[in-house]
Amino acid sequence: MTVQQPQPLIEVSHLWKSYDGHPVLKDISFSIEEGDLVSIIGASGCGKTTLLRCLNGMEILDKGRVTIAGVTLERKNPEDRPGRAFHQKAHKLRTEVGMVFQSLNLFPHMTVCQNIMLAPMIVRKVSRDEAESTALKLLEKVGLLKHRDRYPYHLSGGQQQRAAIARALAMNPKVMLYDEPTSSLDPALVEEVLEVMRELDREGMTQIVVTHEMRFARNASDYIIFMERGEIVEISDEDEIFLDPKDERTRKFLGQFVGRDF
Amino acid sequence: MKNTRYLTTVLFALLALAAAGLGGAAFGQVPEDAAAAVAETAPSEAVEQQGIADESAAATVDSTENSQSGEDAEAASDEAEDQDASAEEEEEEIFTDADFTDVSAVPASPDILRYGVDLEGGLPYFLDSWDGSGRLIGFEQEIIEEICRRLRRKPVPVQIGWDKLIPGLERGLYDMACEGQEITPEHEEVVAFTVPYYVTGLQLCTHERNRDIQRLADVAGRRVGVLKASFSYDLLAEMGNVRIATYETEVNGFDDLINGRLDAVLFDQPVALYYGKPREAEGIRFIDEEIGAVKYGFVVDTRQPELLEQINAILMDMRESGQLRAILERWGLWNPQTAKEFGDPDIQPRTEPEMLNAWVEHSRPISGLRARIDRYISFLPMMGRGALLTMEVSILAMVLAIALGFVLATIRVYAPWPLAMLSVLYIEIIRGTPVLIQLYFIFYGLPAIGIKLSPLVAGVVGLGLNYAAYEAENYRAGFASVPHTQMEAALSLGMTRWQAIRHVIAPQAFRIVLPPVTNDFISLLKDSSLVSVITLVELTKTYGLLATKYYDYFGTGIMVAVIYLLLGLPFVRLARYTERKLAVHLPSTPNLRR
Repeated sequence: MTVQQPQPLIEVSHLWKSYDGHPVLKDISFSIEEGDLVSIIGASGCGKTTLLRCLNGMEILDKGRVTIAGVTLERKNPEDRPGRAFHQKAHKLRTEVGMVFQSLNLFPHMTVCQNIMLAPMIVRKVSRDEAESTALKLLEKVGLLKHRDRYPYHLSGGQQQRAAIARALAMNPKVMLYDEPTSSLDPALVEEVLEVMRELDREGMTQIVVTHEMRFARNASDYIIFMERGEIVEISDEDEIFLDPKDERTRKFLGQFVGRDF
Repeated sequence: MKNTRYLTTVLFALLALAAAGLGGAAFGQVPEDAAAAVAETAPSEAVEQQGIADESAAATVDSTENSQSGEDAEAASDEAEDQDASAEEEEEEIFTDADFTDVSAVPASPDILRYGVDLEGGLPYFLDSWDGSGRLIGFEQEIIEEICRRLRRKPVPVQIGWDKLIPGLERGLYDMACEGQEITPEHEEVVAFTVPYYVTGLQLCTHERNRDIQRLADVAGRRVGVLKASFSYDLLAEMGNVRIATYETEVNGFDDLINGRLDAVLFDQPVALYYGKPREAEGIRFIDEEIGAVKYGFVVDTRQPELLEQINAILMDMRESGQLRAILERWGLWNPQTAKEFGDPDIQPRTEPEMLNAWVEHSRPISGLRARIDRYISFLPMMGRGALLTMEVSILAMVLAIALGFVLATIRVYAPWPLAMLSVLYIEIIRGTPVLIQLYFIFYGLPAIGIKLSPLVAGVVGLGLNYAAYEAENYRAGFASVPHTQMEAALSLGMTRWQAIRHVIAPQAFRIVLPPVTNDFISLLKDSSLVSVITLVELTKTYGLLATKYYDYFGTGIMVAVIYLLLGLPFVRLARYTERKLAVHLPSTPNLRR
């Protein structure tokens, strides 16, 4: 065994991204240790979602470096077209990183169980039996075992998001990314999804959540990243940012939530 | 997973075939080159490609080629044994029209003699016997059988449209073209004729209502029907003041004469006798006038001069021995012109024209529902064979169209732009040009650059490549109907783009495109009738053959229409069923149930 080096699981340095010359992410750098749950908050359009999508290679960063679990995506010059090697890396990254989207996008033509089994079988070449037993375990964990043979259409939004989490977990990811996982849900269904995420946190899963759920961000996160206009304004401990924001902009943003209970 | 790999291989093979076709068309490559090129890059694909190339090569071995591949030799020796056996028993070979099913794929061989004929309007040259046996009979058929008996070669008829007889010969589909080929100086410049075996005149027929027409000169200013590209046409055109109507088949000419659309018809004597005599009761009147003299000769492949000499020798012997005269008399065709040509002073026939009499007797309009139904029932085997070929062509073409269409749509939607543009180009060119022209091009045009396909392969490829363009657009619509978040979800799970298309996008798109694809299949089922232009006798061609033989476009037409309907229905039901099965994950929508 080599000596354990305290190295962050996720490291982002000097990440830039723009659409049609309009900068969306400006010089983003941060790192996350294994087992942390990090919330990214900020107003709509501040680049939270784009940042998340850059982390698993769904968006191609213009410049900078992203390292997750030893896989590095790097681009030095935005003028160079990303080559085959870059795309292969991005693909490799996606097999290590699970993602849950805002839109409910289970595969509608498959049952819940089939949804979970598909990627392990075709990407990891896992046998059907093995994929099924993994799927059933995960369904039990997210509380959907009895719905395993139902089609997504017949499930509530909360159930669909829990199934989507199970689907991502089936690939045995090192990191889970969530892009506003509860935004499209009925308020009554939000909690069941958040509870699954808390459970994963207790088990030591590294998670990054883009969210508007301030209460969840405050209660569950190890720390919070506040973004505005494509920049990271503040990275702080979850209580600190709510009780004593350092930056004026953070204060202003959180001021909108004054009077609400988090 | 095994299925997936197989499917992918097939897709690649089809693509390679299409690429070879397109590449060949563009750069004048022969398929062997294309196969070799593929072989260098990817062995597994090359096997498929090679297989296809072999098949097409085997189907179109050049007729002048004497050396044969092992397989050909084996097949030929089998046939030779059959031939020997029947020759010993001094029995005539019996050919049923089943022999016509894609016989033109038969390669040249010294053991067989392939001859091009058109059964539609083939009376009395070539026709299916009216005794219901399906035997091929006719006065030329009898001459050919005698020639083949003496050559010790098995006669193999090849069905082709009459006006394609000479192009088909040049294309090497058969060794000689028959059915009243007229020996004219113009024709002799371009093709090689045998010595004449019959000299026909032209027969003018009119209707009882046209009392004033007593001789050819009387048709001035009248409307007269002729066969297209015939001596009759030239003769009337020379008269200048005649309104000429050209026909594909004689039956339509006589029908129009009876219906009053024509005032007269001018056909070759044999044709006029056999199509007109049975209808004298309907008012057809024969004008007794000797008009012209046209020599008939068989047209032999110019690449086989020795065959031409052999046949000439046999024909001369048959003329001198009286054998040819006996055949002509049997069919009621002995006439002064022929007697003069043969140097026979005896103009009057010595025997009864038994075949003509039998035909007139047989083809009298039948009365009574019972007899009519019996006749329709007797059509069933022939229609069954036609329907089978229609299904074969349609299903194979649709499989090709669906596979290639899927590839085209995938490329158009998901591939980088240069590839996508190629796909768009293909779709626009194929969709923007008539399928009939594409079929002619593939069958008659491609041999010019060394690609010879058998009629079945050409038909399937032609229709398949054409419909692929439409299927591609169906799929594109299907792909577009799947939300893009599905692709993102699949990619985020670590799937490659292709895996995402294959397992997530395509299955959802499939349900959407099923109704339009079914629609196209039904349409293809009917468009498959176009392959009759490249010698295949499918259902519509069968309709033509039967309707012209019995002058019954009405009842036969209804019958064929019903068969088409019945052929399509199972697929419609199957598609509905599949569609419902695929919709289990959706809310129950009542309109899907119907």
